[in-house]
Amino acid sequence: MDSVAALLSGSGAVASAIKIAVMIGVVMTAVAYITLAERKIAGFIQERYGPNRVGPWGLLQPLADGLKLMFKEEVIPTLAHRPTFILAPAITFTTALAAWAVLPAGEPFSFFGQTIVPQIADLDVGVLYVMAIASLGVYGIVLAGWSSNNKYSLMGGLRSSAQLISYELSMTLSLIGVLMAAGSLRLGDIVQAQTGSVWYIVAMPLGFFIFIVSAFAETNRAPFDLPEAEAEIVAGYHTEYSSMKFVMFYMSEYVSVTLSSCMMTLLFLGGWHLPFVEEMLRGLADPARFAVHALIFGAKASCLVFLYIWVRWTLPRFRYDQLMHLGWKVLLPMALVNILYVGGAILLGWF
Amino acid sequence: MNAALFYMTALAAVVTAAVVVLHRNPVVAALSLAAHLCSIAFFFVLLSAPFAAVIQIILYAGAIMVLFLFVVMLLDPGGEGINGRVGRIQLYATLLGAGALLAAIVPVVLGIGTTGGSPVPSGFGGVESFGRLLFTDYLFPFEAASILLLAAMIGALYLAKQEID
Repeated sequence: MDSVAALLSGSGAVASAIKIAVMIGVVMTAVAYITLAERKIAGFIQERYGPNRVGPWGLLQPLADGLKLMFKEEVIPTLAHRPTFILAPAITFTTALAAWAVLPAGEPFSFFGQTIVPQIADLDVGVLYVMAIASLGVYGIVLAGWSSNNKYSLMGGLRSSAQLISYELSMTLSLIGVLMAAGSLRLGDIVQAQTGSVWYIVAMPLGFFIFIVSAFAETNRAPFDLPEAEAEIVAGYHTEYSSMKFVMFYMSEYVSVTLSSCMMTLLFLGGWHLPFVEEMLRGLADPARFAVHALIFGAKASCLVFLYIWVRWTLPRFRYDQLMHLGWKVLLPMALVNILYVGGAILLGWF
Repeated sequence: MNAALFYMTALAAVVTAAVVVLHRNPVVAALSLAAHLCSIAFFFVLLSAPFAAVIQIILYAGAIMVLFLFVVMLLDPGGEGINGRVGRIQLYATLLGAGALLAAIVPVVLGIGTTGGSPVPSGFGGVESFGRLLFTDYLFPFEAASILLLAAMIGALYLAKQEID
């Protein structure tokens, strides 16, 4: 165990590779079961069973789905622009996964005498890195729409680029309040700042509201799933995609949902901090404390994922002009008001 | 390690820049420009300026280039290739640009005006030092640039509105 701890403690290539492998394993498993959770919860909301044939309560359904999709025939349309058609799902999937690099799973802890940082890269500009990578994700969708050479796909791609640019703005502006209050761009520091005072969802509910609405739009989830609105444009940007290329789009959506749930947990819900529990944990050994912290973090993020699913199966889709109206004329001014409010609160010494 | 990363990034930057100019398909050219901007961002990382790198990606690759791509896709200039004829103004502009580029490159290659590798102070290129500089030494240029951008924005709105009316 000593050697394992030593391997994980450094910032060398081996430690990073192990952390990356663990991260991808955890995220992809979570994503597989979120697809099941979505179908189960959708079934519950619509008063039907949902998947229950494969394994107990349908627990092996994600595996069956994965196998099925892997053996599907892969079709590339004759008139598609081949290089970009193949590149597009890769861009979407890579950017969805790359953003995870700066997310901490808990505080640094000592393990067999070595300090282990449960994070792949502790960047000085952590939050901005996530925003930067997320802003690149739109290329995949736009290119998928264009390269398919299909008018429905193109409409989906165009809608998505306009939507993402609009909502990224209010999302970034709603983040500024958090950054002002925490005084740092490091995600670990932001959690630390909330541990010291109150969670930012309490301190700035408006900021949280703007962030969560923009996050729904950024991940192309209902009620903002206009890029793939099946009633109007077949399936939008991924109409022409089949087999594993389709899976990459499908999984990226759930990876993004999980990512933004984790981000919201870190930024607004105090990350791995839970009031009163911290005192109880004081006597525990470091690795055990980390495990409890990671569980708390996961539980909070799961609640937000549930909220995502709940909203999708409850609210009807927006019309396109309503979407633009909401983004530019409602959320953007509200985000500016939120910045003013946080600035005033800091001046008054509230947090 | 850093040298190897630099040469790989430099190669990527040059190749993508060449594709922007040479490729006949405007969408591929725009995409290549986005890739080029990302490789420039990677240079900033190698120069230990992570904040500049991230801002480069958010603003240029993430926002401006997406709008470019948006417009290219909407207008779909399609088959319009390069016709091979060069007008007089293009020729002069090309010569001027090439001269300016040469004037910038030659001193660097010959090592004129470079101070050698002095160690980077701690915190250099981070958010804090960046912000401090922006609000002290570079306050005036910063504000002047904001006013310029505001003026440009109002101008663009006015022109667009005239067309609608």
